[in-house]
Amino acid sequence: MPSLKDLKNRIASVKATQKITKAMKMVAAAKLRRAQEAAEAARPYSQRMSAVLSNIAQAVGSGDSAPRLMTGNGRDQTHLLVVCTAERGLCGGFNSQIARFARDHVRKLLADGKTVKIICVGKKGFDILRREFASLIIDRVDLREVKKIGFENADQIGKKIIGLFEKDEFDVCTLFYSEFKSVINQVPSALQLIPAAVPAEAASAEAGAAAIYEYEPDAGEILSDLIPRNISVQVFRALLENVAGEMGAKMSAMDNATRNAGEMINKLTLSYNRQRQAQITKELIEIISGAEAL
Amino acid sequence: MADFNFELVSPERLLLSERVSEVVIPATEGEMTVMANHAPTMTTIKPGVVTVKAADGKVSRYVVFGGFADILPTGCTLLAESAVPAEEVDRTLIERRIEAAKVELEDIAHSDEQRTRVETFLSELTQLNGILVAF
Repeated sequence: MPSLKDLKNRIASVKATQKITKAMKMVAAAKLRRAQEAAEAARPYSQRMSAVLSNIAQAVGSGDSAPRLMTGNGRDQTHLLVVCTAERGLCGGFNSQIARFARDHVRKLLADGKTVKIICVGKKGFDILRREFASLIIDRVDLREVKKIGFENADQIGKKIIGLFEKDEFDVCTLFYSEFKSVINQVPSALQLIPAAVPAEAASAEAGAAAIYEYEPDAGEILSDLIPRNISVQVFRALLENVAGEMGAKMSAMDNATRNAGEMINKLTLSYNRQRQAQITKELIEIISGAEAL
Repeated sequence: MADFNFELVSPERLLLSERVSEVVIPATEGEMTVMANHAPTMTTIKPGVVTVKAADGKVSRYVVFGGFADILPTGCTLLAESAVPAEEVDRTLIERRIEAAKVELEDIAHSDEQRTRVETFLSELTQLNGILVAF
């Protein structure tokens, strides 16, 4: 049975923890708002980009003139997985969710006899995947120093991917990130970057408009300029969604922690009071029985 | 004069969306002026200055670093890799980009095609730098 002093100490320490988690929750909430705004601000660009892309892709067709980045190099042997996670923990199952999703994918590919290479963006994913696939990780990108993710960061990753592709280091590239559905719901998703999956539904709707476009220089050249850019944009979008998701997950994790701490304090206070009462009663009984004996 | 809708979008945000009467775009194959009812055109752009003349006659300038433009009779969308209002542009930023391009050029691992692309980009940047000095 813990003494009164022990209980008091424990209540104090849980209270201190609660204060921290509460503060972290509020910080996450503020950052979440900003991350959501950033993700929203980036949306028009990527929307236009995919509209334009599908337009041109249709004009060029999938003939020989289409760039290799879009059609791939015809093989399906070496897979590059770009796994984007957060840099920091304490955000519930956010990182492990993405890592588990990627791990299942890697296992499946390995079982099919494919070669797998991994690039880790973010420290947490690297830490988790290193345990099992240390030999497969070829590179990692550290964004810990970056306060606010800009397009430049994504562009660097995009350029790295394209550089590897041009050196024939891989055949298929897939991006793993967490799609931000809502504050409490983030879905780990995979997106194939190379060969590029062109959104087909938008293309058919605008087929009429596409036919009369003039291209300057010609469509093929624009396309070969556009696709590397599109890869960077997709990476950028994934990173922004990740930040928003991380903050959402952190907020709900910290909210849970604060609530748990509250419950714990209630329980501890109850047993503290009970014990104090028991002690008082015991002392009273001692005094009374002492007086009666006289 | 007839006006149309012009949008300047960078990956980070939507910079500008308003009714304009005239836009000058630094297209890869030479500058072009877009006015209302322009034929549908898609063009890449090089680093340069975009001049926007709003419907009320106000002129504003933006410095863009590559991207492409989607022109329709009813509107024009400029997707820039990065765009800054000309008054706020920092010359050191451009000089840094020039340095980066120079370093990339020295990387011998590149194919000839890539080299040409980087070289063109570098000359365009230098030219842009020259224009901005004159401001």
